[in-house]
This record gives sequence, structure tokens and C-alpha cells, in this order.
Amino acid sequence: MSEVSPEVLSRGRGRRLFNATMVGLGGLLLLFLVLPFVALVLDGGPEAIWRGLGCALTWPALRLSLGTTLVSVVLVVVGGTPLAWWLARSRWRSARWLEILLQLPVVIPPAVGGIALLLAFGRRGLFGGVLERLGWTPAFSVVAVVMAQVFVSAPFYLQAAVQAFGRLDPNLLAVARSLGASPPRLFLRVALPLARPWLIGGAAMSWARALGEFGATLMFAGNMTGKTQTLPLAIYTALELDIHTAQALSLLLVVFAFALLLFLRHFNREAEVTRRLAAP
Amino acid sequence: MNPRLSIAVQAALGPFSLQASLEVGAEPLALVGPNGSGKTSLLLAILGLRKPDRGRIALSDEILFDADLAIDRPTEERQLAYLPQDFGLFPHLTAIDNVAFALACRSGRASIRRRRDEAMTWLERFGIGHLAQRSPARLSGGERQRVALARALASSPKALLLDEPTASLDVEGRVEVRAFLAESIRSLGLPTIFVTHDAMDVEALASRVAVLEKGQVVACGLLRDIRANPPTSFANRLLSPSTASPSSALQESCSSQLK
Repeated sequence: MSEVSPEVLSRGRGRRLFNATMVGLGGLLLLFLVLPFVALVLDGGPEAIWRGLGCALTWPALRLSLGTTLVSVVLVVVGGTPLAWWLARSRWRSARWLEILLQLPVVIPPAVGGIALLLAFGRRGLFGGVLERLGWTPAFSVVAVVMAQVFVSAPFYLQAAVQAFGRLDPNLLAVARSLGASPPRLFLRVALPLARPWLIGGAAMSWARALGEFGATLMFAGNMTGKTQTLPLAIYTALELDIHTAQALSLLLVVFAFALLLFLRHFNREAEVTRRLAAP
Repeated sequence: MNPRLSIAVQAALGPFSLQASLEVGAEPLALVGPNGSGKTSLLLAILGLRKPDRGRIALSDEILFDADLAIDRPTEERQLAYLPQDFGLFPHLTAIDNVAFALACRSGRASIRRRRDEAMTWLERFGIGHLAQRSPARLSGGERQRVALARALASSPKALLLDEPTASLDVEGRVEVRAFLAESIRSLGLPTIFVTHDAMDVEALASRVAVLEKGQVVACGLLRDIRANPPTSFANRLLSPSTASPSSALQESCSSQLK
């Protein structure tokens, strides 16, 4: 295929000084970004890290983190997919405002989210009284862990899903309707399969955010080992006991994150293929 | 009696308003006009994908839309086959499953196997049974057109709407698709409307022509009458006989040899 080869962009007059400046500035940032990971892997040696993994905090936190994030992602996808489908097709002006509002949890500090959750669903919160009368006090329980995760991670899925549905070829949807497809069939058989790669990508990002969730969980669910202490909170607690325990737990999260990035790359490639198919 | 599609609609369309009255029977109608004259909007209104402000659309005795009677049948109940410019094949389904999709919409009860068998019959009727398992990305333009038409007809439509049926094809594809479409449309006898920018499409496929200009149908009649007496300069340029013949001057000025 005819593509401009990238080398031609860095040829010609003034290139030496220019290239040196670009490499120098970029290299500094690169070093800064990579060195902490090097330290995280190398510091103390494998034995110290292995011992750290054996700490009493590790397994309860790992179990809790994996369990709660799984539930969170399922809740986000089950509620987020219909919401995104509606938002993507709504011409209602308020829908655009709603989209902005729904992105708010991405940009506010997680601690603020935690306070907001506490004020809403805490025992003394706005709706806490109603919930308590129903015999349900979510704050400082495993339910609160999930609520905090859903709150901070849902926007990542919503954004991906709204974009995915918005990008669908309107002609395809029109044809499906003209062939006799009812709205449910249009959604289930055409829109969902076509948007699938982006939905999966969004769910993966959402899961990563839930797994790393710290601030809102600390405020709204507390830091109780075996009950509400997820991996990030366990790292915080371990830091006071032994830095190598904190290091080991951190490495665990890095491994998950890295696996996730590989997975996303795979799906981005699939998304790219589907996109090309959709617009031949 | 042959089915008839009667359209008389009015709708806001950007800076002007779309106003069209058309009757289409067994003779295919070409809808021509400059970009933005409202051709596609009119197709969408007929399909029920765009709601007119006033008017009435009927298929023989069946009212699809009537503003006064507050009738507005949803698209999936109108039984109109629509072929957009790029044919609108579902990229995630194979050729046969594209056709089976239409069958599933109309008769949800039949088993998947029966639908596949019927879809295969449709593909074979159009001479593309051997392509059944191909995904649309691996089909040529002409083959896509055939799958799209097979799928449209499998949904047992009562009229056919085509948006620039040859525009996305290369020159060879156009010749092939045009011949195939001309034959299909003639043998089906369904009311057919197609939008086109191509004089050869009009020549090959249409008996009648409607000329749109700024949302208004400025002329509608037999191709030879419109050609003899073109209502707009656009119609004149599109339909005058010289545009349909290849230029010999062009051939002389081109050479593939390097000097």
C-alpha cells in the first residue's frame, strides 16, 4: 500500500540540532517514567519480594480486590450499555449535559467521590435514613467497596460505549429497520455485535480503574483487613509495616495492569478490523 | 393489480422545504437533482426514517403515513426494501447470514436451519451460492450488490428504494451491476425509486424521471420527454445525450508510455 515512510519527515536542513533536542527532552521524560518501575522490580531482590507476598494482608486483599472489581464491572456493563445506547442516539439537549455530568467522576479527586457517597448513602447521609429503615446500611461494608468502584469506574465504560454506538453507520441501522428488524433485534443483533470490541475495551479500562481505586473506598468503605481492604488499601497499610510487602503487593497490581494492556492491544486490533469492515 | 406507491409529502429541509408528489407503479422512477436537493431526504421520508410535516404516503391501499389521520407506521412494518449507496451489508455476518437476518425479521418462528436453507436459495437465485460463507469485506462491489438485493427481496418487500446504486463501484463494477439491476427490477415488477447522479443509470434502469431542485419536484415524466425538454440546467447536463458517450479526445491525450 502507498504510505509515506516516516523517515522522510526527519530528513533535511537543521535536522541535527532538532533531532538532538527532541531526543534529549523525550529521553528525560522516558527515564523518569521507566526508572520507578525498574526500582519496583529490582529493589530488595526476589527473596524480599517473595517474603512480602507471604504477608497476612496479601491474600485477603487480593481475594477482595478480584471479587469486588468483577462485580463492579458486571454492574457497570449491565447498567452502562443501555444508558450509553440511549445517550448515543438521543437528540435531546439534556443528553449532552448528562454526558458531561457523567464524566465528572473521572476528573474529580476520588476522595471527593468518597465524601459524596458518604453524604448520600452514609448512615447520616441524605438517603442513609431511608436505607437504614429498610434495614440496609451500606457504608463501611463490602457493598460500599463495590459502590465506590462503580462510582469511579463507570464513566470509563460509558464514554467508550457512547462513542462506539455513536460511530455505528446510520445506514446499517436504517437497512436493518427496513428489513423488518424491531428495536430489540436492531440492538441485540446489529448494534451490540458491531460495537463489541469497543465495549470490551471500555469494560477493561473500567476494570483497571476499579482495581486501582483507593480514595473513595477509604472514605466510604474504610480500611478493614479481610472486609473492605482491597489491594491498594493493603499497600497503604503495608507501607507502615514493611516496604517490601508494599512493594510485593504493588508488583501484583503492575502484573494485572500489564496483562490488561496486552489484552487491550489485542482488542484494539480487532476493533480496527471491524471498523474497516464497517466502512469498506 | 400492480402495486403502486403514492407519495405526497412536505417537510422542512434546511434552508428550504421538501415538497414532492410522486406516483410510482411498475415503471422504475429515477430521482435526479443536484446535491442537497432533497433526494435522499425523500427516500428517508418514504422509509419512515424521517417524519414529514404534512402529507400522505401509501402503498396501494395501505396507508404508511398520513399526517391528517395521524398514521405513521414504523419503518420495520412498511415492507420497503432499502439499498443505501454502499449496500449496507452487516460486516459481522457472512453473506448467507445477511440474507438469513432478513428472513428472521419476517418469520421469527422458523428454525435457524430452515432460514439458512431459504437464504441459500436466494443466493443461488442470484448466482452467488458459492459466496455464502464469505464476509462482506471479501466480496467485490458487484457481489455485495447481489447479496444486498437478495437480502432485500428475502424480506418480501412491496417496493424498492435504491440510493445511488452504482456510485461506490469502479467502472467495470458499474456495468455489471447496472445490467443485473436492470434485469432484476424488470422481472420483479415492484414499484422502484432510485436516486442517481449517473446518466447511464437513468438510461439503463428508469422509464420515468423526476427532477428535484431545492426540494421541489420541478418535472416528472418519461425519460425521453424530460430529455427533450429539460426543466433545469442540471437535468440538461445530466441527461443530454453527449454525457452518456465516452470522449475520444480523452483517449488521444493519454498514453501509458513514459517518454
